[in-house]
Amino acid sequence: MSGNMNINLKVWRQKNGKSQGKLVDYKVENVSPDMSFLEMFDVLNDRLINEGKDEPIAFDHDCREGICGSCSMYINGRPHGPNQGVTTCQLHMRSFKDNDTIVVEPWRSAAFPVIKDLATNRSAFDRIIASGGFISINTGNAQDANNLPIPKGDADDSFAAAACIGCGACVAACKNSSAMLFVSAKVSQLALLPQGAPERATRVLNMVAQMDAEGFGSCTNTGACEAECPKQISLTNIARLNREYYKAQLFSNEG
Amino acid sequence: MSKIDSKIPAGDLETKWTKYKSSVPLVNPSNKRNLEIVVVGSGLAGSSAATSLAELGYKVKVFCFQDSPRRAHSIAAQGGINAAKNYQNDGDSVYRLFYDTIKGGDYRAREANVHRLAEVSSNIIDQAVASGVPFAREYGGLLSNRSFGGTQVQRTFYAAGQTGQQLLLGAYSGLQRQIGLGNVQMFARHEMLEVVNIDGKCRGIIARDLVSGKLERHFGHAVLLCTGGYGNVFYLSTNAMACNVTAAWKAHKKGAYFANPCYTQIHPTCIPVSGDHQSKLTLMSESLRNDGRIWVPKRKEDAEAIRNGKLNPNDLKEEDRDYYLERRYPAFGNLVPRDVASRAAKERCDAGFGVNKTGEAVYLDFAFNMKYKYGKQVATLKHISNPTEAQLTEFGHEVIKEKYGNLFDMYKQITGVNPYENPMMIYPAVHYTMGGLWVDYNLMTTVPGLYALGEANFSDHGANRLGASALMQGLADGYFVIPYTIGAYLANEISVKSISTDHEAFVEAEKNVQSTIEKLFAVKGTKPVDFFHKRLGKIIWDNCGMARNVEGLTKAISEIKALREEFWNDVRVTGEANDFNPELEKAGRVADFIELGELMCKDALERNESCGGHFREDHQTEEGEALRDDENFKNVSAWEFKETGNWDLHQEELVYENIKIAQRSYK
Repeated sequence: MSGNMNINLKVWRQKNGKSQGKLVDYKVENVSPDMSFLEMFDVLNDRLINEGKDEPIAFDHDCREGICGSCSMYINGRPHGPNQGVTTCQLHMRSFKDNDTIVVEPWRSAAFPVIKDLATNRSAFDRIIASGGFISINTGNAQDANNLPIPKGDADDSFAAAACIGCGACVAACKNSSAMLFVSAKVSQLALLPQGAPERATRVLNMVAQMDAEGFGSCTNTGACEAECPKQISLTNIARLNREYYKAQLFSNEG
Repeated sequence: MSKIDSKIPAGDLETKWTKYKSSVPLVNPSNKRNLEIVVVGSGLAGSSAATSLAELGYKVKVFCFQDSPRRAHSIAAQGGINAAKNYQNDGDSVYRLFYDTIKGGDYRAREANVHRLAEVSSNIIDQAVASGVPFAREYGGLLSNRSFGGTQVQRTFYAAGQTGQQLLLGAYSGLQRQIGLGNVQMFARHEMLEVVNIDGKCRGIIARDLVSGKLERHFGHAVLLCTGGYGNVFYLSTNAMACNVTAAWKAHKKGAYFANPCYTQIHPTCIPVSGDHQSKLTLMSESLRNDGRIWVPKRKEDAEAIRNGKLNPNDLKEEDRDYYLERRYPAFGNLVPRDVASRAAKERCDAGFGVNKTGEAVYLDFAFNMKYKYGKQVATLKHISNPTEAQLTEFGHEVIKEKYGNLFDMYKQITGVNPYENPMMIYPAVHYTMGGLWVDYNLMTTVPGLYALGEANFSDHGANRLGASALMQGLADGYFVIPYTIGAYLANEISVKSISTDHEAFVEAEKNVQSTIEKLFAVKGTKPVDFFHKRLGKIIWDNCGMARNVEGLTKAISEIKALREEFWNDVRVTGEANDFNPELEKAGRVADFIELGELMCKDALERNESCGGHFREDHQTEEGEALRDDENFKNVSAWEFKETGNWDLHQEELVYENIKIAQRSYK
């Protein structure tokens, strides 16, 4: 290993959802600045296995290129660490200094229970999507894709909202554990497209109802979610969600 | 060696699929409700198949090892998806997409499958747009296209550098809708560890709940494996960390033939390896080759000066640069297919012209097009007749940012270097596997009732896949092929009642899985799982990577056999079986990769020719291009598992009735 940094880690260890957890100290030596944050954990886990005393640290990760949304570490009090617009897997050790002490915890939210160590259960997000985050079209029914032109601006805004990777950093960042940024991203993506129009009202009502049922908190417009979102999903989506929601409540028959 | 039947319907290529669809047996709606289908994997192929089948009325169960179906690795595909829409009026057609794909695959793919793929490609775009996928658009509101390698038309649809993400989330939202409606039962954080065959037919799976560690039995009248490719056999690849061959391999060991395992795709434009801590490699989308020009210095001393940090590449004069792809392949230039571009990069680096510390990198340079293509365009729009160089750069910068912004950001994150100011450094890396489970025209493996879709099968890309065709194939298989072809099998299953999972075949299969897990823990060796995975990867990369030869492959096979012994004698698997245990998951996957690695080398050794991604040094033209042997190898190699380290070879002859096969040329 060719690195020259020493890092002091305080990592949340928790056997499972039922047991108590605690912060455990680890020192990782010879860290290279080119390593990703997760690669530093690989090195530490390798050592833990070799030493045979402690089980390796469990954490969710997969693509390691910032798109799958699996990785989810709460680093020094911030989801995905100190840099803006990146996931944990795209955070590199060059963002830290020699001898830094780094505290690493799982996402904290009642709606995301801890499975083990740093891995949490985020299936609440899937259930919110299942409640309305789609367009009800069966395979084979579609018309030619260019029959319905969409203004470039709307398509671009829709895409910007659709960039959400469902990692849950917004919830972890929020003092109320609100999932509004996540929900608003999907509502906005589909509300901005003509294809999403037929179910516009039912979608927002059902998704918000499911969000509440999952135990996420309320939004108080603090903006921590936007600041910490690795895909920089904009707070204006929440404004759009609120507008869609009130409109649906006032004018639709679904309310 | 026996021949196998691909069940390609008779008739003209152009009408085969249409006629087949109209004649394939149907299952009536009330019977569909009683038929259960197990889908393993939730990527593009799995999600689209599960959704479409559930819409038809089948009872569907979906399994994925990730914490949510939305995280399947299809999500990481960057550049785009092909379709023969001809929206650009540049002469595209179903035939051209078909032709390009067969030629791109170096004449080692099935005509009938590829033509069907080209036919349904248009429907995929329609379907995706209708389900809310926000593709890139022009100011007039219509869809935008760009070019990918191995083609001379613009047929690639895209959503910035996040096309896979948008398509997968589109398919996932459809899947979630079916879950909400109760038509699909979802099992996330579940890994399939065995298939269950009863009376010669596949009837279900054994899966491990990755949170509790418990083994579960699930019955299905049919089982669909949509479990992706096996690129992680190389350890370092652009695949996600947990991508694996286990589901396909378990099926292989239960009777499904494995086809063309040596056909692996090395992608030319990836971020080079930075150190031995590296856990994965990151792709820089092929779409970048629309505007990035690939070069190395013409003189070795300049390359050396760059490596030593004494020369800034931006200062090297135009005439001192070797744009080797433009030089060697003037007709396609920087947009030659991936296998060709990768070999050319290796050739320059092996000859001593590499540009990073390790000598294994070439430049992908945007400066020229940033200034003189886009900068000038914007200047003209702004009515600036005499723009300065600085203005051109500034204007071009904005356009490049819009087209490739997220890729440039990713590059900067990983390397710490700003690609707007310096040329990117890239090198080939393992990206995709064309080989996979052998399937017939219906996508059924050699085990009745067991299907393979998407990258998990072998069928459409021959020996080399063209860019932006993986997303197309995954969605074609799931949305538009399997909903029809599965009827051919299930129409005869309507009287089969659900089989109890207390059946002895389920009991037996679960016992086997249990004993493998116990065996892994029982080794109590000294080395972590990753240690073996890294060593396997190095053996395969060195001997069965971009260039292969008899000596290396023979050596690799004996090294892998020895590694297998060592693994089962010295691996250390920590933790417990009945617990959330990522180390145990990895151990099982690596054990399967080791067995597959041996078969890859064996297949590469048996195939005494070069084709596409399979480049045998003893079979090349004078110019260093792949030299096929059509007389002896115009076929698919399908391997039947006998016992560990022992296989029988079967062959499927490839017949080309509609394309005249020739030496592939991109000059």
